[in-house]
Amino acid sequence: MAAIAPTGDRAGTAAPAPVRARRRTGTIVGAVAAWLIGIVFVVPILYMVLTSLHRPQDAQTYPPSWTAQLTWSNYHQLFNTTDGIIVPLLNSAFTSIVSTALVLVLAVPAAYALAVRPVRRWTDAMFFFLSTKMLPMVAGILPIYLFTTKVIHMPDNVFVLVVLYTSMNLPIAVWMMRSFLAEVPPAIIEAASIDGAGTMTIMTRIIAPIATPGAAATALICFIFAWNEQLYAKVLTSVNAQTAPVFVNTLIQTEHSYLGVLSAGATMVSIPVLFAGFAAQDKLVQGLSLGAVK
Amino acid sequence: MSLSMAETSAVQDVGTARPPAAHGKWDRASWVRRAPLLPALIFLIVVTQLPFVATLVMSFMKWSAQPDAPGKSFAGFDNFRTVFTTPAYRQAVLTSVEMTVTVVAVSAVLALGIALLLNRAFFGRGIVRTMMIAPFLVVPIAAAVFWGNGILQTGYGLIDGLLGELGVHNAQNISFLTSHPKMAIEIALIWQWTPFMMLILLAGLQSRDPEVMEATAVDGANAWQTFVYVTMPHIRRYFELSVVLGTIFIVQNFDAVQGMTGGLNSTNIPYAVYEVFYSAKDYGVASALGVVVVIGSIIVATFALRVVSSLLSEEDN
Repeated sequence: MAAIAPTGDRAGTAAPAPVRARRRTGTIVGAVAAWLIGIVFVVPILYMVLTSLHRPQDAQTYPPSWTAQLTWSNYHQLFNTTDGIIVPLLNSAFTSIVSTALVLVLAVPAAYALAVRPVRRWTDAMFFFLSTKMLPMVAGILPIYLFTTKVIHMPDNVFVLVVLYTSMNLPIAVWMMRSFLAEVPPAIIEAASIDGAGTMTIMTRIIAPIATPGAAATALICFIFAWNEQLYAKVLTSVNAQTAPVFVNTLIQTEHSYLGVLSAGATMVSIPVLFAGFAAQDKLVQGLSLGAVK
Repeated sequence: MSLSMAETSAVQDVGTARPPAAHGKWDRASWVRRAPLLPALIFLIVVTQLPFVATLVMSFMKWSAQPDAPGKSFAGFDNFRTVFTTPAYRQAVLTSVEMTVTVVAVSAVLALGIALLLNRAFFGRGIVRTMMIAPFLVVPIAAAVFWGNGILQTGYGLIDGLLGELGVHNAQNISFLTSHPKMAIEIALIWQWTPFMMLILLAGLQSRDPEVMEATAVDGANAWQTFVYVTMPHIRRYFELSVVLGTIFIVQNFDAVQGMTGGLNSTNIPYAVYEVFYSAKDYGVASALGVVVVIGSIIVATFALRVVSSLLSEEDN
């Protein structure tokens, strides 16, 4: 701050006309640049959706058939064939929803013990949670594969994925929920307990109303990460428990035109995530930064 | 940092001055406090830490799951020797470093620029913001297979098509995936992760104190001065945070490599571990590679945790 030299014209709060004109041009240039960049970032998605609506013979041409007729046939094929996308979508929904519920059941009490009535050395616990997130998932995959197939004999099972996705998201949820619960003013809790409110009353009347939007955002983000996961699902499932992201891989073929169906599959599998993401938009940053950014 | 925290809480405990006679009661109270934390802690230790112990044990075993392989036996450091002397694994380490550094650096700079643009009011800002977030909300493997097959594919991909429309000769024969596989993956990853970093930086920009900004304007600072002396110091922490979190996610990237090139001239560490375990079925070497990866991660994580802890301590103050 001190490094900014006062320019002398601080008496006049309104900038001189040329400066204003320059700022106005700057704003327009900035707006145009922002729009262009936004369009560049969204074009691959629009092109994916467009390709998904093209007939197989139009989807895979050089140059692209921009104005070819649109059709739902790729989606029909995805949903109506026997090894179509329905079972993988259901598996993804099941593993994502159940693991998210489990995460919340474990994370909310933990966050309570870290934020509202902090245990001693609560930061150590926080960093243990975070450090498990920094160890690459791929390093534990072999023992997990051997354990599920050779020891408990549960290959190709959705419940195995539920447990793994719970552990994958638990650290994120604990960090997020702690940051949301830390927003509960301690003075209110103190005042309530002086007024004779029991632990249950404090939980339901004071903490829950403040923490519920945060818990919803946490749930949406855990859902997204669980839905997106592909490595564990690819290694641990084959037919019965195959999730939608693994299924998308199987749409790549070499013999005949496949790009239309592949685009439809990629679009279908992304739709739930796009909805969840935009629903959580307001809390997305706080969640993704593990609560560090308000 | 955590040490100083522990000291502070110890001081607070002395401050409440519990008589030593009440030690048993105090213990019970502290366990009541700790109880809600334990299920999560135990669950996480069992599911994430035990597999690493198993990986460590297996890394010292000669163990191949190929049908004609001999049985399991103790291997000493043989697997680690294989990991460190096989050029392919050294290359995978280099590829991981190169990809992570490139993607994080380019994404961070792009994200800062875009966040600055989006921080000002203009027509349709909300729409542009939504368009910018969308790539982050495409399922990673879906994004990877579409970038590989719909956008960068030789001939019928979008880029070859666009180049052809622009009059580039023989555009349908341009094959980014085979000529520049790593760059192709990096571009797709930058497309996905710039929005993530942008969101964090935008939140940082919007948390600037309006009074400070006003005072800066009153003092007659131009845009550049404001950026260098006011904005940068303020969002430095957000910048660091977006870099650290981006690194954590991008270094683990498996989907983009698998979905776009299948590891062709672009095998990174996660893909190498997957391949040696899934295709080559050499469990001993796969485990040794896993152990090396974990040790490397611990070194990086120690540094990363320091950044995050400085954020936490600031919140605590």
